[in-house]
Amino acid sequence: MSDSEAAGKTDSKPARKAKYDYSSGPPPLNINLKWCKACNICIALCPQQVFEPDRDGKPVIARPDDCTQCTICWVHCPDFAITSNYK
Amino acid sequence: MATVKETNQAEKQKSDVMLQYLRPKKKFPSVWCAGCGNGTVMGAIIRAIDKLGYSKDEVVMVSGIGCSSRMPVYLDFSSLHTTHGRALPYATGVKFAKPHLKVIVITGDGDALAIGGNHFIHACRRNIDITAILINNYIYGMTGGQGSPTTPSKAFSTTTPYGNVEKHFNPSELAMAAGATFVGRTTVYHVPQMEKMITQALEHKGFSLVEAVSNCHTYFGRLNRQGDPVAMLKMFKDLAVPAARAKNMTPEELEGKLVTGVLQDIEKTEFCDEYQKVVDAHRGVK
Repeated sequence: MSDSEAAGKTDSKPARKAKYDYSSGPPPLNINLKWCKACNICIALCPQQVFEPDRDGKPVIARPDDCTQCTICWVHCPDFAITSNYK
Repeated sequence: MATVKETNQAEKQKSDVMLQYLRPKKKFPSVWCAGCGNGTVMGAIIRAIDKLGYSKDEVVMVSGIGCSSRMPVYLDFSSLHTTHGRALPYATGVKFAKPHLKVIVITGDGDALAIGGNHFIHACRRNIDITAILINNYIYGMTGGQGSPTTPSKAFSTTTPYGNVEKHFNPSELAMAAGATFVGRTTVYHVPQMEKMITQALEHKGFSLVEAVSNCHTYFGRLNRQGDPVAMLKMFKDLAVPAARAKNMTPEELEGKLVTGVLQDIEKTEFCDEYQKVVDAHRGVK
């Protein structure tokens, strides 16, 4: 598969696996993908829409600069999969 | 790149309190369904205990049978996983033998109100210093969605396929009528309120009940067309009415709403203290 095809796929479909781009610094939140059950609560309740779902519905930090550390995501996470990276 | 990862891991160990109170040898993720409110309540309990600074040996967690009663299995406190509905009698025994311990009972609506209904009202009446956290999801989740004492009228469950004909229990009002001294109701949407309420309940001297309304989207939500966990959480947000505002509302307006907040906070003589007085009097201690 060529690069252009792969790029086209990622544009139309969500990414296959949740990956964070470390080039823009450490993430504002740590996500434990082994414990995540993809319940969609963090993605839906985030007031700044920081997360995007990947193909399995698990959250990816798509807009790390928008995170205000409001604690809503990790307070509501039923599986302790999200932890703050600041406090 | 490695340094970023290392710093992340170091900060992660520092940052979250919740993982310190989980049993290290237990397999995670938990057995609960994706999005179940039990985990949210568990996090709130951990943060409340951490805020009050109790040591792990000081806290005893007692539970019966049910989805919610799996919680002490995951928490690294002294714990007691007992028979169906009999969590409160076991907890009474623990508290009576060692009154310095903080006894927390985790119970569900079927566990506390159906099979353990008598134990529940008598623990309230006795006013023994136990904190009961009743996770109310309106249905028996573990056994396949049968109707419980809190299933609302006309709601569907696997044993009420044409709608529930019976009237339902209101656990908070039942506890208040039976004589509990601290009663609060909250939902899994209002997590900071729940955390604060559990803190108040643990500090309170006497029987305290925190009713945490939770979502069972797997059975109750599916059979009653309430949707996924997010839809149910937003429904709780819409249904919740703070207790201060509910005072000025008529019963017709409050129909189907959830009155949240501290509903009762009074002082009464506590059972262990009174018993100690009797013991001291008969031993001649002055």
